Amino acid sequence: MAEDTGRIVRKIEELSEGQEINLMHLCGTHEDTISKYNLRSILPPNVKLLSGPGCPVCIIPDTDLQEVFHLLENRDVILTTFGDMARVPFEDRSLFYYRSKGKDVRIVYSVFDAVEIAKREDKDVVFFGIGFETTMPSIAVAIKDSPENFYVYSAHRFFIPAIEALVSEDMKIDGFINPGHVSTIVGVKAYERYRKYGIPMAIAGFEPQDVLLAVYMLVRAVKENDGGIFNEYTRAVKYEGNVKAQEVMNEVFYSRDGEWRGLGTIPETGVGIRNDFEEKDAEKVFEDVFENFAPKEDKRKKHCRCGEVLKGLITPKDCRLFMTACTPRNPIGPCMVSFEGTCNIWAKYSIS
Amino acid sequence: MCLAIPAEVVEVEWPYATVDMKGAKRKVRVDLLDDVKVGDYVLIHVGLAIQKVSKEEVEEIDRLWQKILEE
Repeated sequence: MAEDTGRIVRKIEELSEGQEINLMHLCGTHEDTISKYNLRSILPPNVKLLSGPGCPVCIIPDTDLQEVFHLLENRDVILTTFGDMARVPFEDRSLFYYRSKGKDVRIVYSVFDAVEIAKREDKDVVFFGIGFETTMPSIAVAIKDSPENFYVYSAHRFFIPAIEALVSEDMKIDGFINPGHVSTIVGVKAYERYRKYGIPMAIAGFEPQDVLLAVYMLVRAVKENDGGIFNEYTRAVKYEGNVKAQEVMNEVFYSRDGEWRGLGTIPETGVGIRNDFEEKDAEKVFEDVFENFAPKEDKRKKHCRCGEVLKGLITPKDCRLFMTACTPRNPIGPCMVSFEGTCNIWAKYSIS
Repeated sequence: MCLAIPAEVVEVEWPYATVDMKGAKRKVRVDLLDDVKVGDYVLIHVGLAIQKVSKEEVEEIDRLWQKILEE
């Protein structure tokens, strides 16, 4: 294996010689693989791996977080969500803070665990739903098959249309490493709309070999001026994707404008719950609570550069808070909180 | 959160199945896949099977993992 790795790296060196090539990955788990195996150190310096907005916890703007806090403050509900989300701070509060103050906040591994809680309890159970197309089908299934006292606050985002914003931003990206498990759902076909830009994309799995192979495919495509879509992760990604998952996702959710931390509002990326399922939509069911909600700015985040990290414009080291005021134990920005956040990953592997 | 883990189906109770993730057994939903049978390998993401994968491919991943762990 080590021998094969060396051969692939040499091919990458040969193909990229004399050219600056910037490749952006779109999944936090890819950043984890890249950092864990220190892949940047074995690639030639002219081939750069940039970190993109592929961490669903990191891109949730403070507004969504504050709305959920507001709900907890004003209604006696059981709030369920994934563990990462519960640690994201706004000012000096997080969902764990509310739990320590006696609010019923529960961490679940899957939305189906939250449904089970709703079956057991008489109280209203709200699931704070985050995640991209990988996660949304499970939430859609839960919305269709859950007891009356189960609701979803949808902070999901459609990832595929967000790529448009990255392409149109004033950034020099020569190729994209596309997320393996989002692609398992949406299929290779979802990226066809991006062929027009002539920027190659390679869907990749999560082993170090997968990522290196994707880098090789992209460097070769750049050399050959081929703006194609490549699928390295054929063991999990089909051309059509998981059609049943797409159907249930589209049956339950619709797309609207969506705000992203660092990227602003991106059309088609917000995820609303369709009227047919409005009795499950926390935004509508608890409308009266949200009526008097007004978002605020978090002064603590004034110097947090999470937004630029998410666009690959800087690395965590360029942020003056990184490992000074902002650490995994006391995170200021979500990129330091989430296991898929670039700052957290760089801190974990002591990249400096 | 975007991780998905391959697991073997050991029991099917539609729309659920019990899967074995290298010794850890878990009940997951499988209704977004066609025709899930005992012995199939599926990718699990937050409690939902999102794709079938071939046994050979899972064994290949196992082999890679083993090699990495031994390095």
